[in-house]
Amino acid sequence: MASHQHDENCKKMFALLSEYLDLELPAETCKEMAAHISGCGPCSAFTESLRKTIDLCRAYQPQELPAPIARDARQKLLEAYQKMLTSRRS
Amino acid sequence: MERAAEIELARQLLAGDPEAFDRFVDHFRAKIFHYSQIVCGHREDAEEVVQETLLKVFENFDQLRDPEHVRAWVFRIAKNACLMKRRKSVYAPRQELSLDEFLPAMGADGDPVKIEIADWSGIPENGVLRSELQHVLEDAIANMPEIYRSVMLLRDVEELSTEETAQVLDLNPDAVKTRLHRARLLARRTLDTYLRAKPQPVEEN
Repeated sequence: MASHQHDENCKKMFALLSEYLDLELPAETCKEMAAHISGCGPCSAFTESLRKTIDLCRAYQPQELPAPIARDARQKLLEAYQKMLTSRRS
Repeated sequence: MERAAEIELARQLLAGDPEAFDRFVDHFRAKIFHYSQIVCGHREDAEEVVQETLLKVFENFDQLRDPEHVRAWVFRIAKNACLMKRRKSVYAPRQELSLDEFLPAMGADGDPVKIEIADWSGIPENGVLRSELQHVLEDAIANMPEIYRSVMLLRDVEELSTEETAQVLDLNPDAVKTRLHRARLLARRTLDTYLRAKPQPVEEN
């Protein structure tokens, strides 16, 4: 019975883990989750792996870059910018 | 480029300072390219989206009300340009994936202590494993259903807030949270599978 209870708690935590890591939960819920996670091996390991997944995303630097911009394409953008400035002033 | 520097560039451009133009173009070209390549799935489409987006950005720059939100504003224009290009995905789920799918497998007797999770503790800040994982992550994001992919790119890679992401994608903030959680779980599962398949380093005594 006790182990079933434990399982349900873990599932409840599981649904809120992203909001927990993003600090988007009410303080009370956050405290309850921190208490559960620190006392539950699997939840603690899982939370850590999710946190590291987010860290990897934030550190992600795309390797592939767009082809260098053609001179006339850049010129077209500059003209659009200047036109916007002129029409705003008039 | 730091977020603050990007906001400053937007302020300069709004004030009519052309010095900021080239830096703004080069900075956002790379960002829009990356986003649209992952969202559209084709390099040629992405190159076109970059030019179309920047053109719209400069034509309408005076409509950027708050330079603080320049990143979200540019991504919203990029998202709309991508929508025009996108070949409809047959893999788009009709409803959100169930969270139960992501619960790690239990041991045979249901003992949660035997839960199957790789050892994530040894992931270094730099080095070969780290860059391998970055590649695995990139593939994981590229292969996600589109509704999850865009949310993860905007929230976790571009670090937009929940509200900004909601505005870019025309979603309510709760939908952003729901999708972000599933996207992270998908990415985590792919990384975890990769880590578990790797030979474990021999511990030295």
